Amino acid sequence: MASHETYYVPAQSKWPIIASVGLLLTVFGGGSMINGMSSGEGSVAGKWFLFAGALMMIYMLFGWFSNVVRESDQGLYSPQMDRSFRMGMGWFIFSEVMFFAAFFGALFYVRTFAGPWLGGEGDKGVTNILWPEFQFAWPLMSNPDPKAFPGPAETIGPWQLPLLNTIILITSSVTVTFAHHALRADKRRATKAWLGLTVLLGVIFVVLQALEYQHAYHELGLTLNSGIYGSTFFMLTGFHGAHVTMGTVILAVMLIRITRGHFTPDKHFGFEAASWYWHFVDVVWVGLFIFVYIF
Amino acid sequence: MSAVIDHHHADHAHGPAKGLMRWVLTTNHKDIGSMYLWFSFIMFLAGGSMAMVIRAELFQPGLQLVQPEFFNQMTTTHGLIMVFGAVMPAFVGLANWMIPLMVGAPDMALPRMNNFSFWLLPMAFGLLLSTLFMEGGGPNFGWTFYAPLSTTYAPPSVTFFIFAIHLAGISSIMGAINIIATILNLRAPGMTLMKMPLFVWTWLITAFLLIAVMPVLAGVVTMMLMDIHFGTSFFNAAGGGDPVMFQHIFWFFGHPEVYIMILPAFGAVSQIIPTFSRKPLFGYTSMVYATAAIAFLSFIVWAHHMFTVGIPITGELFFMYATMLIAVPTGVKVFNWVSTMFRGALTFETPMLFAIAFVILFTIGGFSGLMLAIAPADFQYHDTYFVVAHFHYVLVPGAIFGIFASAYYWLPKWTGHMYDETLGKTHFWMSFIGMNLAFFPMHFVGLAGMPRRIPDYNIMFANFNMVSSIGAFMFGATQLLFLFIVIKCIKGGPKAAANPWEGAEGLEWTVPSPAPYHTFTTPPEVK
Repeated sequence: MASHETYYVPAQSKWPIIASVGLLLTVFGGGSMINGMSSGEGSVAGKWFLFAGALMMIYMLFGWFSNVVRESDQGLYSPQMDRSFRMGMGWFIFSEVMFFAAFFGALFYVRTFAGPWLGGEGDKGVTNILWPEFQFAWPLMSNPDPKAFPGPAETIGPWQLPLLNTIILITSSVTVTFAHHALRADKRRATKAWLGLTVLLGVIFVVLQALEYQHAYHELGLTLNSGIYGSTFFMLTGFHGAHVTMGTVILAVMLIRITRGHFTPDKHFGFEAASWYWHFVDVVWVGLFIFVYIF
Repeated sequence: MSAVIDHHHADHAHGPAKGLMRWVLTTNHKDIGSMYLWFSFIMFLAGGSMAMVIRAELFQPGLQLVQPEFFNQMTTTHGLIMVFGAVMPAFVGLANWMIPLMVGAPDMALPRMNNFSFWLLPMAFGLLLSTLFMEGGGPNFGWTFYAPLSTTYAPPSVTFFIFAIHLAGISSIMGAINIIATILNLRAPGMTLMKMPLFVWTWLITAFLLIAVMPVLAGVVTMMLMDIHFGTSFFNAAGGGDPVMFQHIFWFFGHPEVYIMILPAFGAVSQIIPTFSRKPLFGYTSMVYATAAIAFLSFIVWAHHMFTVGIPITGELFFMYATMLIAVPTGVKVFNWVSTMFRGALTFETPMLFAIAFVILFTIGGFSGLMLAIAPADFQYHDTYFVVAHFHYVLVPGAIFGIFASAYYWLPKWTGHMYDETLGKTHFWMSFIGMNLAFFPMHFVGLAGMPRRIPDYNIMFANFNMVSSIGAFMFGATQLLFLFIVIKCIKGGPKAAANPWEGAEGLEWTVPSPAPYHTFTTPPEVK
């Protein structure tokens, strides 16, 4: 730790307050729209708040990251600063892991405890008196109250689209690593090619997920409203899909930066952070494939 | 946003900028620490006013002042604001101010993100408080927002409550990441982990807890949002879900959360007691390990909040014994604090008074916690005022006294002036008497069966409730004195030396008082 003298403390910045106001407007607008949707009255003001908030967030993300890129180019960041960024990204990914853990926890809890009890099993099976006819099975095709929550006609089998998606995502983790090796060897063209391929695989994954959702909604009767199976299925795959989308955008930004000549063979943390995130999204998918689709 | 500051020209300014924009755009850990502390105090007064409404209503049996619906909103927002708006930001403020000074860092590791963490808080709590004025009122389901009260039966404003929790959670996670990065990466050369001040250690562990559980809270409120508006059935048995599952996920967050609110106070008290005992802390290493042990245990005890909801007997036993285990590392800590004072050259300045009261009264709260940990006994105590007494004993003389002790201890460093010792002691004694009057009788009415969160009560509880209310008003009013003391200390008072306390040790006392705007731009050498 010899580099303390050069630790860069930025001067005042407008980005944090823009980000805070932007987030507030986004959630206020979004919340108004959701409430308007549920009450059936809609919310025109909500749309404008959401729009304004989203614009501010885009402006902020663009501005804040450009700021950081510029400072990095000016050589203001010491190796110690680099370690702060790495820790920041690492712990952020850990927080994301815990976010998914909440939904996986819900899935496991229902499958191991709440579901069987509701079906009358074990010494807590007394909840069965609510719906004496109810029998628990997984996937749950028939809910305790089928009128309020009509069960799905069918669920999505693991060995078609999901398997293909698994292969796509794991391949994309490999290609992003190839891109990284190429970047370190200063082979820019290979970097661009491998990274471009990764982005493409990400896009294909998201498109296939969208097709799968359509199939689930229109042909299988598997919706958010089809009981706890649909709830856990769509929340886990949905949040994962949102993360893949975000990861793809991040990787695409990295591709643009590489095209513009950013990064050097030994200084490219932006790229590394993006690939960490991509690997994390990949690992979550493996968990999903095993516990949501297969078992 | 007219005041756009050019970053490259304002670079390396040695003093703070002028005017309001100094605070809005700042990246300075001392500015941000001060803003956190002021924000926390404003929230403390807001949440406190709600407590005053609650105690005024409970002054006598029968409905006096407010309607039950409003009473519910008061108990709910009082809890939410005190937990997320007062206690947590106060500790983050202390961390911002003190951790860079204590480890010899030039600032926090990620200064811009630091300001983002802070400014999200006024947004989150502005949104939360605005729900009180919305149609159907604000959150009325208790600060633990159990489903289905918070889903099926919630007012429409619950949507904004959920997003307010999201914003506060993002703020906490970013704050915690910043603190971890600062501690692990910005320590002065020679400051090994086991040479760190205890306040830094406890915050390192607290930050880990925050990053581990705030996302789980985000997850559970998201499930609520989906249940309310998008037809899912996470917490609805009709669709195969389970309302009890809400409690499991919530308390998986909620139990570590209570240690998030107390571990930094443990750290602060472990700085203060050695100073005024003029002895090094007894058992430093065991303090570190005890803190880590408490943090670990905090993840495997959550269902002790749920003994009465119908969990299997194996679960009851596991969570009962795991909870009781926490008494071991906590006992180590109390033993160490007492041993530090043993045969020390004690003086009783205000920070020390708060710290000693912390040790004694937190221990009382710990003991009532042990009583509650006994699963069969908890069937009697659950949802009574005994629980209210218990957690107010760990939070008021625990977390809040820890914050007061820290404030008095470090005010000379922050302001360059000594606070008024007489007024400080008055503040202490009034708070001490007020809070004991308010919360001690709650043990009795609770054991006798008075339920919590109800605006009316059996006439047999009338006397104790009146005492409680008088104590609460006394405690509440006294906090205005604290505000006065702080303002007076900022405005003037005897000059404080770099080290105003005879027995204080640590890097923060090597810089002048008030601490210059930028400190340790060149890192100090730690032996």
